[in-house]
Amino acid sequence: MTEATTNAGPPRLEVASQSKLIWWAFRKHKLAMAGLIVVAILYVIAAMPGFFAINDPSAQNARTPFHPPEAIHLWSDDGFVGPHFVPSKLKRDPDTLAAIYVPEPEKAVRLVLFGHGYSYRLFGLIETDRHLFASSDPKQPFFPFGTDRLGRCVWSRIMQGAQTSLSIGLVGVALSLIIGVILGGISGYFGGRIDFAIQRVVEFVLALPTIPIWLALAAALPQDWPATLQYMMITIILSLTGWAHLARVVRGRFLSLRTEEFVSAARLDGCSEGRIIFRHMLPSFMSHIIASITLAIPAMILAETSLSFLGLGLQPPTISWGVLLREAQNVRSIATAPWLFAPGGAVVLAVMALNLLGDGLRDAADPYNK
Amino acid sequence: MLRFIFKRVLWMIPALFAVSFLAFVLIQLPPGDFVTNYVATLAASNEIIDQNAADALRERFGLGEPMLLQYGKWIWGILVHGDFGTSFEWQQPVGDLVWERMALTLTLTLSTLVATWAIALPIGIFSAVRKYTIGDYIVTSISFFGLAIPSFLLALVLMYIAVVIFGQDVSGLFSDEYQNAPWTWAKVADLIHHLWIPVIILAVSGTASLIRVMRANLLDELNKPYVTTARAKGLSEFRLLMKYPVRIALNPFISTIAWLLPNLVSGSIVVAVVLNLPTAAPLLLQSLLAQDMYLAGAFVLLICTLTLIGSLVSDILLAIADPRIRLE
Amino acid sequence: MSETGQNPNKSAKTRAEPVLEVRDLVTHFPVRTGVVKAVDGVSFKVYPGQTLCIVGESGSGKSVTARSILQIVDAPGRIVSGQMIFRRADGSTVDLVKLGDRGREIRRIRGNDIAMIFQEPMSSLSPVHTIGDQIIEVLRLHLGLSKTAARARAIELLAEVEIPTPEKAIDRYTFEFSGGMRQRAMIAMSLACDPRLLIADEPTTALDVTTQAEVLDLIKRLQDRHGSAVIFITHDMGVVAEIADDVLVMYRGRVMEQGNVDTIFHHPSDDYTRGLIDSVTRLQRRSDLRAARAPVPADRPPVLEVKNLSMDFEALRAVNDVSFEVRPGETLGIVGESGSGKTTMGRCIVRLLDPTSGEIRYRKPDGEVIDLVTAHGPALKDMRREVRMIFQDPFGSLNPRMTVAQIIGEPLLVNGIARGRELDERVSHLMEQVGLEPAWRERYPHAFSGGQRQRIGVARAVALQPKVIVADEATSALDASLRFQVLDLLLKLQDELGLAYVFISHDIGVIRYLCDRVGVMYRGKLVEVGETEQVVTAPNHAYTKALISAVPWPDPNRRGIHKRHRYVEQV
Repeated sequence: MTEATTNAGPPRLEVASQSKLIWWAFRKHKLAMAGLIVVAILYVIAAMPGFFAINDPSAQNARTPFHPPEAIHLWSDDGFVGPHFVPSKLKRDPDTLAAIYVPEPEKAVRLVLFGHGYSYRLFGLIETDRHLFASSDPKQPFFPFGTDRLGRCVWSRIMQGAQTSLSIGLVGVALSLIIGVILGGISGYFGGRIDFAIQRVVEFVLALPTIPIWLALAAALPQDWPATLQYMMITIILSLTGWAHLARVVRGRFLSLRTEEFVSAARLDGCSEGRIIFRHMLPSFMSHIIASITLAIPAMILAETSLSFLGLGLQPPTISWGVLLREAQNVRSIATAPWLFAPGGAVVLAVMALNLLGDGLRDAADPYNK
Repeated sequence: MLRFIFKRVLWMIPALFAVSFLAFVLIQLPPGDFVTNYVATLAASNEIIDQNAADALRERFGLGEPMLLQYGKWIWGILVHGDFGTSFEWQQPVGDLVWERMALTLTLTLSTLVATWAIALPIGIFSAVRKYTIGDYIVTSISFFGLAIPSFLLALVLMYIAVVIFGQDVSGLFSDEYQNAPWTWAKVADLIHHLWIPVIILAVSGTASLIRVMRANLLDELNKPYVTTARAKGLSEFRLLMKYPVRIALNPFISTIAWLLPNLVSGSIVVAVVLNLPTAAPLLLQSLLAQDMYLAGAFVLLICTLTLIGSLVSDILLAIADPRIRLE
Repeated sequence: MSETGQNPNKSAKTRAEPVLEVRDLVTHFPVRTGVVKAVDGVSFKVYPGQTLCIVGESGSGKSVTARSILQIVDAPGRIVSGQMIFRRADGSTVDLVKLGDRGREIRRIRGNDIAMIFQEPMSSLSPVHTIGDQIIEVLRLHLGLSKTAARARAIELLAEVEIPTPEKAIDRYTFEFSGGMRQRAMIAMSLACDPRLLIADEPTTALDVTTQAEVLDLIKRLQDRHGSAVIFITHDMGVVAEIADDVLVMYRGRVMEQGNVDTIFHHPSDDYTRGLIDSVTRLQRRSDLRAARAPVPADRPPVLEVKNLSMDFEALRAVNDVSFEVRPGETLGIVGESGSGKTTMGRCIVRLLDPTSGEIRYRKPDGEVIDLVTAHGPALKDMRREVRMIFQDPFGSLNPRMTVAQIIGEPLLVNGIARGRELDERVSHLMEQVGLEPAWRERYPHAFSGGQRQRIGVARAVALQPKVIVADEATSALDASLRFQVLDLLLKLQDELGLAYVFISHDIGVIRYLCDRVGVMYRGKLVEVGETEQVVTAPNHAYTKALISAVPWPDPNRRGIHKRHRYVEQV
């Protein structure tokens, strides 16, 4: 490389900071970008599920058990009439007494964008009844994903469940991160015997199967605790084993950074230990940590889903994707109402998007070592 | 090499003690004890048990003693007599209940491990060698999907398809006629016939992540100078690929056993509950819910021991495969 | 560009048909922004029993040229056009370009008719296969030997490259060998099928000079015995002068000049070649800047006095009882091979490492003397303002996430010397002082070349107006032409700021150019200290003699490394 060639590049590259370089590298990953968009949408939903819900997710409706999904139509027999749906009426099969829903096309109900529906608190604060979509006739509820055994709207429950399931991933990872960064940081920064001891513990924790341990811990929780306390305990349980992986990542980054010449240079410049860590080392591994976190969230979501599915995680009436999937636990109910799988679709979508995003971040995390 | 194995085996001793203590503590965690639960259950069915009878039960199971003493008795019994205690709920020695189920758990887990490797290895190699081709993109997309779908959901979907489309029940590990039959070759054949469905379900997520691991490892190795050296020797592309980069990329792949096995065991628990398999899982769940402490403790202990042995085996295999570790 | 045949050539009449004739070779690397023409119309001939050196700086395309011959250019590179006529032993010829990169025919030539050795013997050999396995493979592939025959032959080959106890070495792994032994094993592998042409791609660059001399000797002897042609790729003009019959000078994918080695060295016709030759011959004497200076008065009290310094790493004593002194305005060179402890010693002085025992007495400008070994807290911080360091790696020593202004300003900022506007002005001034445009201050290190980055490192070191600078291999990562600019910069700053340098290097030439006195380190000990000219021309210690005589001179008339001294440590 000669002096002349390197200065010929576009000047914006020369003054590009780390975050810009990462963003440029990340942008090239089409799948990761798709993941980013989906994750963004999902977390917007999780922030204000009431707005995206159509019916009250907890409201039972005796007239609509196992109601099949309804489609949005734009055209009726008379031509374009805007978004509407065709409600149906519950009838009983005279012989088997099974529920049958008979469509009533003449009663087509319009769907209103930003219409009024049940009232809820936006961000838990602002009382409102505006929704993204609402049925124009309060007596004719719209069920895009059908209903469950008790006639509750599956779509609205998935929206509400997103808040629990997605946030449990975030909170669980945040807790893991605190333990992981402290222990991994101590391990990597001090080395020696402390490092040896912490590493043995990390190896031990990583060698244990998580589910039996979670199950045993979760079984110890009283079933009658309030929902928030339950939620907190479940996240603590999940992070009890989740920290080990993050601690290992943090330690690895610390160890490799400790031998970097620019860290030695900072020490010789007279920087304090604090400044070395926060000004010189931290920016170098923040991107890696963020990538690891992104990849840890889906594991947490899957763990919560599994635990709740088995009945040892969150308990109804709390709504999470795992709790919703308990409805799909036996073959009989899914054979009659396959739309009960829908929360599973939400889980797959969220986990896949987060994995793609994390994978892209990991690849772009170090724009200097290419 | 022998020194390495010796050191590694020695390390198992504190690890096993830690695991046994952990298992015991986990079981002790719930407020109240088995007798409280037992009394509550009886009360629900309008049977009243008096305080004396309850104390007698506690006495019999040694529940009033300090925890460390209870632990000592428990672990002593296991180590010396192979006695895991008595299941309160089943009124049977725990040993009688766990072994067959643990054996089936082991069979299921090991079969899945083999299947995972057998599928992931060639696909991972393919995906790395044909980087950024249509084939690679297809493999990558499928493996991301495989990573995202929880195994119990996959089990549910397969059950749904089997019931609705084929009118078949795919749960369980044995046909009805072999359910309680003694072990014969016919029963083994029946087991194999049923085993592949849970194996496939469990293998999906492991395979997906192993493909990613193998692909990444091999991509790293493919650019190493020793590959150029091998090419400059006149080896054919396939032969040099197999002998050098694939061989070296296998080493980190071997160490995946250490984390794959715990994951498989975890996954198999949820799947076994859904598919109602006669493995350790459903009984473990039941015993945890009933606070049947010796039974649950035995399962947690045995399952964790299984994964610890798995990581031991993976470390030894790695040392055999990699002279850099062996001759350190 | 001149054709080989038209040059006066002492062996031209006796020359046989060329083994390989390359005509107008073009190899391209398609990249996102266009096409990199790595090799752009290169032509040359190689004759049996003769050595062609391809020389050039990094990025000149010399390595890609070598790889093109065997069709093993790394993806996405590909040969676009040209001919490469290879003549087999039976006189038949084949155009290697036409064979493609995958077919059976090219594979039969690789390792059999044309063999190659590489720069990094460690990474160029598989870490999980034994040396024997990798040699036997070639024998079985091309010669079809049985397992036992191949093994016996492999042991012979290892014996031929002078690896001790070859019957045991054959079952060893690469990481069990030293660098020189690994390269010998690599050579044994390449000679397995008695190739007509051996391509050596910087085979001694990763080795110490004494090991390099041994490997060069070995290649020469084997070439004489087997009569192979050799294409030797290197950036080191000293090596070229030592071994070449013909020389090809490359720059940015093109041939600047080619011809007989004498012509290239003594009558270069091309400006680039002349610059290249000049940049190495200048290292044969001290720099003009230094020659014009008055000598440092011998009675001036030393600014730095190292006494009985030792540093242990567990069982290993890396620095063993080292003592020396440096006077203000003076440059002390520390020369040694890898593992001699010179870097450890340098790091002890700036206290990146804590020495096990000994004293490092630093005399402050006000005359107060403090011991750097025991300094801690505020005293250590003060001392680090006055004793600074320049690092070897211009890439690793600059935080890629900070702008140049932030990097240079960091010591001023954390020591509370300047902030805000004043900091900006001082950084701009420092950048000017080391020859960087102050307008580049907001750029990140990735926008700079190696030489420029090293200037940033120098600016950071002098920002605090230190008295002593420890420079650890500060120019080793740079190409020859850039090396001077940085060395001259150091000399200029020395005059301006009255600096004393401890300059650590493995390169005798650089030491000679820059240093007033030099210390020679060997296995942790300082075996000799003296005036540079005296140590370089008339060394006292036997090790120094071996070291100096192993350095190839950039003059084909002074070939002498085969007559070098060999040093065997007396225990």
